Amino acid sequence: MITSFLVKSLDRTIVIAVAILMVLAVLVPALNLLTAPDHPLHVPTYLVSLFGKYLTYALLALALDLVWGFCGILSLGHAAFFALGGYAMGMYLMRQIGTRGSYGDPLLPDFMVFLNWKELPWFWYGFDMFWFAALMVVLVPGFIAFVFGWFAFRSRVNGVYLSIITQAMTYALLLAFFRNDMGFGGNNGLTDFKDILGFSIQADGTRAALFAASALALALSLVITSGIVRSKLGKVLVALRDAESRTRFLGYRVEHMKLFAFTVSAMMAGVAGALYVPQVGIINPGEFAPGNSIEVVIWTAVGGRGTLIGPIVGAILVNGGKSIFTAAFPEFWLFALGGLFVLVTLFLPKGVVGTAQQLLARGRADRKAARRQNRDEETGLGPAEPMAAE
Amino acid sequence: MTGKKPRSLLYLDGVSVSFDGFKALNALSFIVEPGELRAIIGPNGAGKTTMMDIITGKTRPDEGEVYFRGDIDLTQKDEADIAQLGIGRKFQKPSVFESHTVWDNLELALNRRRGVFATLFYRLTGEDKARIEEILSTVRLTARRDDLAANLSHGQKQWLEIGMLLAQEPELLLVDEPVAGMTDAETAETAVLLKEIARTRSVVVVEHDMGFIRDLGVKVTCLAEGSVLAEGSIDFVSNDPKVIENYLGR
Amino acid sequence: MYRIFLSMLVALFLIAAAAPGARAEEALRELVNALGEAKLSDMDEHIASLAKTGDPSVVPILEALGEGDLYVRKADGQVFLTKGNGSKLTLTDPVSGESAGEAPKAALSKVKVNNGVRRAVRTALGSLTLMSPDRNARLKAVQSVLQSPNADALDAIENALAAEKDADVRALLEQARATSLLISDRTVEEKRRAVQTLKAGGGRDALSVLSSALGSADETLKPDIVAAIAGLEQTQALWAAGQNVWYGLSLGSVLLLAAIGLAITFGVMGIINMAHGEMVMLGAYTTFLVQEVVRTSFPGLFDWSLAIALPLAFLVTGAVGLAMERGVIRFLYGRPLETLLATWGMSLILQQAVRTIFGPTNQEVGNPSWMSGAFDLGGLTITWNRLWIIVFALAVFAALLFLLKKTPMGLQMRAVTQNRRMASSMGIRTPWVDALTFALGSGIAGMAGVALSQIDNVSPNLGQGYIIDSFMVVVFGGVGNLWGTLVGAFSLGILNKFLEPYAGAVLGKILVLVLIILFIQKRPRGLFALKGRAVEA
Repeated sequence: MITSFLVKSLDRTIVIAVAILMVLAVLVPALNLLTAPDHPLHVPTYLVSLFGKYLTYALLALALDLVWGFCGILSLGHAAFFALGGYAMGMYLMRQIGTRGSYGDPLLPDFMVFLNWKELPWFWYGFDMFWFAALMVVLVPGFIAFVFGWFAFRSRVNGVYLSIITQAMTYALLLAFFRNDMGFGGNNGLTDFKDILGFSIQADGTRAALFAASALALALSLVITSGIVRSKLGKVLVALRDAESRTRFLGYRVEHMKLFAFTVSAMMAGVAGALYVPQVGIINPGEFAPGNSIEVVIWTAVGGRGTLIGPIVGAILVNGGKSIFTAAFPEFWLFALGGLFVLVTLFLPKGVVGTAQQLLARGRADRKAARRQNRDEETGLGPAEPMAAE
Repeated sequence: MTGKKPRSLLYLDGVSVSFDGFKALNALSFIVEPGELRAIIGPNGAGKTTMMDIITGKTRPDEGEVYFRGDIDLTQKDEADIAQLGIGRKFQKPSVFESHTVWDNLELALNRRRGVFATLFYRLTGEDKARIEEILSTVRLTARRDDLAANLSHGQKQWLEIGMLLAQEPELLLVDEPVAGMTDAETAETAVLLKEIARTRSVVVVEHDMGFIRDLGVKVTCLAEGSVLAEGSIDFVSNDPKVIENYLGR
Repeated sequence: MYRIFLSMLVALFLIAAAAPGARAEEALRELVNALGEAKLSDMDEHIASLAKTGDPSVVPILEALGEGDLYVRKADGQVFLTKGNGSKLTLTDPVSGESAGEAPKAALSKVKVNNGVRRAVRTALGSLTLMSPDRNARLKAVQSVLQSPNADALDAIENALAAEKDADVRALLEQARATSLLISDRTVEEKRRAVQTLKAGGGRDALSVLSSALGSADETLKPDIVAAIAGLEQTQALWAAGQNVWYGLSLGSVLLLAAIGLAITFGVMGIINMAHGEMVMLGAYTTFLVQEVVRTSFPGLFDWSLAIALPLAFLVTGAVGLAMERGVIRFLYGRPLETLLATWGMSLILQQAVRTIFGPTNQEVGNPSWMSGAFDLGGLTITWNRLWIIVFALAVFAALLFLLKKTPMGLQMRAVTQNRRMASSMGIRTPWVDALTFALGSGIAGMAGVALSQIDNVSPNLGQGYIIDSFMVVVFGGVGNLWGTLVGAFSLGILNKFLEPYAGAVLGKILVLVLIILFIQKRPRGLFALKGRAVEA
């Protein structure tokens, strides 16, 4: 069952993409750790973390693409799942600080001591263990997505309505996490991390490992997503994206299908967030800002929604552009981003990858048609006529 | 009445529904027997599409009973349940999945387990393959199996949709204006196809094309203003003065 | 000779005229000097006798005493008002008010003060100024008595009450009398009446006075006090609820203003305009610019600045909306999710443009005089700017309703919404109707911006604060239904304000969001949804 799932998922594009990611996972850390700083091929540590961050964004965009590109659910709250995963990881990292915080409290993170709290809130229990935190990284976003989706899809909240309430969801979470008494560090969020799994979070080796982990997570998610969209379930998802009511009349429980995709997607976003936090060293409520979620949408749109490689390409293109742009002309980044939204929706609705695929496919179809015509001429048969009714 | 329930495949009694004060159906009663092919005619706004909406669970009636196979209350089920029970529906506009190939359209329609994980781990068996091939040849689309449904002609889309209904293996098939926009030749072929299909299941056809209904040669029900105006053979119905006044015109 | 005589005559006349005043001055000086010799325990008595003179010149003396600025000259026991500067003090004669030179601190000793003395001083001052000819001074005095009730002041209050003509001051005096009476040793019957007076007067102070009196009250009086407290609490709860409704209406009007343009673009046209908030922001900046021009060139017109800004804001944002519709949105009809993205992009551009031009900081937008201040209505405090905004929101709503239902333009708009192809074949130029409808929605957002500039910070981020709330209102009220937007805005506003006292502002808002999310599950098409087949098509 699983093998067939895997076999189906691995078409040529995916194999190439996964191979590239694997090579990167080895090559970038190697170039960082094994070459001297003045070597021409040396990758400085800050770039390793930057690229690692892009990979987590790519994973987030891929997660969004699963629901938006393949199921037509435009979630404007995916950054919320990303942030939830990030907070779960951040809580683990906070508990690893131990007595090294400014207040030196062995149990309570600094901000709790500052707020004069006496004991650890119940929802912080267990986060001192990595496996527990790792589980929560997936389960918390998954659970919230499941509950939210269960209500929303069951009542057939569709299209822009769904977009608007996902936005309301992330906005509510934003407000909630800003509150100090929520117990997640309020305004400042979680930061000042020291180490992860016993390794210093600042060390080059840890940074390289986090990069490799991000590449692996992305590759794995790519295989899973590909498996889903190429299965019959994936065909149902595309079917319901284009004609939801028709799909119901074929006997499919559309709400279950959507719920599955939404939950899986939220889990992937959570993993992305969890890998993001140790690489940037902070998680705060700003990550829940509705604008962030919308930005993820543009990454996916630029790359090409409904393709698997598109969101990865888009996330890296847009964020790479952002890094360069904000360094060169910080004033104009928002103009560029805003312009990108407008131009892509107007002129590149299929995105970079989607458009390229379309061009390739057209070329292939032309060649095939030409071949068929040649063959038909050789055999002397016209185009197939429908056979008479039986 | 209740004595009749168990025998009939579809049983509607006193069904009414209104939208913002407009009565789309007004105490409609209607029975389809197993294996029956039935045509429904009626002017625009007579409630034909609303009736289909109610049978397939898209709309809930304000009052009245809808039973399938005698004892299954359709008003309590949603579209997916009803489709899984074996009621298929063909829409007025051809509605196939345009971004899927002809083959995939049929594969999706195939009457197999439709749960999330069943579909996630579904593998195309030889048996399913053979069935799809068979349907492809029935609806004369074998040559276009790998083309996107979007690229089919209007008539081919209509046929693909009929093929999808065959794949669904319904006990009751509701067909809404199957020949609208078809050429005469296509219309005639569609009539043959429908009669073929009706050999193994019940079919309800809504159609405006009187010639097509004559071709079918079956019992006709005329609806008007949300209830049944007349029922009987095509000649009987088309000579009914009420039908002439309401629908056919003098 | 004659001149000497004349001058003697004048001097004699002057002495005669000054004699009674001089005598009173002497008596006062004696009383004041007595303060210098008095023991702390006797101070109350001395202060009371000073107060009894009713002489206004006592007021500064007592004030100085309370402040600890009253000193005795060791040499002759004379008491002086002083101003401290280092080791030397400036002396002022307490009775004449004339300067009496300077003296080293060592030559003086301070008149001793403790809290008991200070209290006595306050009371004495209170009752002294109760008789002041200045109405404001009297009001202040009554209020200070109300703050610190004193049984000893009772006589003074009653005297003042007998003489008082002003109704407001009288009412306060009544309260002050009742407050002081409760802690005096007057009869139970009098106290019972005092309780009734307090209850009738109402207010938070009365409640605390009665509560504190409850502890020490006579057993026979207790039931009266308890009943009065209960009554007061009930009225207070009612007023509090009323105030909440008012706050809710006020918030609702803000929501209505922000959402009403969206009700057109989203509700009628189905366009998800994420740049809607920025239209509001542009309206606010138009107000800012108009006020700048008015301030520098026509300062006299400042009270009219909003009236000038309104049409301008409508035109400016309407034009921006028109440009957006013609330039981008019209290519995206039928693709609502893409429209959402494109308009979001435009909102980023507009925000950054305003930030580049005006800077990221808040701009100062002033309130015209008729928008400032507040008035009391029963137990409610109503600010003028909030009241005007409610009026304005309702006026905009009514105007829009009229436009949609009664004008040819509205008819065309509705026609295009309901059946574009049909409308077009009837000769309606649908592209222009689309453009104008969008411009109208944007223009209304701009007018909302003028109003919101009065109560919110005018910054490039102004719009972002409203966009989600506006969508919530429109979706909650039911898309395509203006009345739904009205009801939605006010019910969300009131709900929010009623949740706030229990949950706090932020949590209240979160709860409202969650409630809306749940509500949409129940009624996906909002409060006033259209029904039937047309909706699904």
